[in-house]
Amino acid sequence: MILDTQLLYGLVGIFLFSLGLSSAFASSALLRRILAINVAGAGLFLLLIAVAYRGPEINPDPLPHALVLTGIVVAFSATALALALVKRLRETDDD
Amino acid sequence: MTEILAALLVTLGLAFFIAGSIGLLRLPDLYSRLHALTKADNVGLGLLVMGLALLTDDPFIALKLVLIWLLVMAASSASAHLIAQRARRRERGT
Amino acid sequence: MTDVVWGLLDLLLILALLALAWGSLNSRNLQRAVIYFIGFGLLLALVWVRLRAPDIALAEAAIGAGLTGALLLAALRDASHSPDHTDRPDRAWRLNPVPTLLSLGLAVALGLAYLQALEIADPQRLAVAVFSHLEQSGVSNPVTAVLLNFRAYDTLLELAVLLTALLGIMALGQARPAYAQAGPVLAGLVQWLTPLLILVSAYLLWIGAHAPGGAFQAGALLAGAGVLLRLAGFPDSHFPAALILRGMVIAGVSLFLAVGLVLMLVGRGFLDYPPAWAGGLILLIETAATLGIAATLMLAFLGGRPAAWSLDTSTTGRIQAADMVRHNTGDNP
Repeated sequence: MILDTQLLYGLVGIFLFSLGLSSAFASSALLRRILAINVAGAGLFLLLIAVAYRGPEINPDPLPHALVLTGIVVAFSATALALALVKRLRETDDD
Repeated sequence: MTEILAALLVTLGLAFFIAGSIGLLRLPDLYSRLHALTKADNVGLGLLVMGLALLTDDPFIALKLVLIWLLVMAASSASAHLIAQRARRRERGT
Repeated sequence: MTDVVWGLLDLLLILALLALAWGSLNSRNLQRAVIYFIGFGLLLALVWVRLRAPDIALAEAAIGAGLTGALLLAALRDASHSPDHTDRPDRAWRLNPVPTLLSLGLAVALGLAYLQALEIADPQRLAVAVFSHLEQSGVSNPVTAVLLNFRAYDTLLELAVLLTALLGIMALGQARPAYAQAGPVLAGLVQWLTPLLILVSAYLLWIGAHAPGGAFQAGALLAGAGVLLRLAGFPDSHFPAALILRGMVIAGVSLFLAVGLVLMLVGRGFLDYPPAWAGGLILLIETAATLGIAATLMLAFLGGRPAAWSLDTSTTGRIQAADMVRHNTGDNP
């Protein structure tokens, strides 16, 4: 049952990752690409946390948790940087 | 006894949530949807919080649950107000 | 019976998660796509709770859904102000065979590797190492112990990554214009919420030593308070003076480094805390990191340099004026 939960969420994570990745390649609008990369990142986070899960009785592995925690913050700052680049690009185009 | 009461409160709370969600899906326009969603969900969450507070022995946790309820009420009424105000301005075309 | 209930919950969570992800990737209306993404982040926080990762659930709700959502909506607002913007829904995507096949191949490879990894007999090794040394770490929350003690080096570099991203953003131009002054309802709510958010943030920072919480969640919450102030139209979110603001931005990295170097000077390894001091040192570093993360995330949300960033007072007035332009258009009570 524990293995099933790990398997289920892990595979959903991998699916989200590949969905986000292919969508990032397929869309042309920059904002959509940023959105898609965020979805792909969330999929990888899900995979890591699924690996860490040990069932309802045993404490989960804290290492992937620490990784994902910092990952979420880095993902935000990378998104903010990407959006600032998009904004700059638009400002340059307007001139 | 406490557990039965808690289960009843939580179930009742969920009934309000379901009513709110049906309202969101079925009601005709934005204002009545907002009305259904915020009112039903706030009452539902209140009942849920009461039920859960009964189940804990720690008064600090119970207080935290009540704080969550108050915060959600404040936030949801403010956001309902903002959404309605914006929709109204759009209708007036300003 | 319990298994069936959990299975049902898992199924519902996953279906909703996939539906929201699909919506955010395929919705023809970009604004709707962003809203779907915010919903996706909130649901993901529930998934983290389900998988027993409450530390991450807190961070996801505050950052993944809250701050990222606000940031994307602000970026959307830029886009709608740009002259080449049209309200015509754009084609969400065009399927390109090569990258799609590559992504699929990568997914299959990852899936196979994952299946293999699950079959390894003893997946507990690193976790066992963490739990057996937890008592010497100075804190009892294993995630905090990993972040600030066992892998403190990684966290220091991660803070440096944050700082680098922020420097990039600051170099790209000026902040988005400030928002119009909000009406009494939002302004009142924000005025009530801000002190409470500061209090909760301090609570999260303190409790992180032995329960879910810590510098990242506390910093994100504090940044959220700043973003709310900005959205409600308070000028410059009550930023401190430029020097203090810049000091806050580098507070986390510099204090972290200082602690590491001092420990080297007294003959220990870099960031190798003496066990008796570990708890205090971790709290010290986390306090500085909270301020640093809060300032960084808040400034990153602005998308450029705000007036308060400038050290040069001769230009401050001019920028401030530009920053204030949008101010008096709101509905003052």
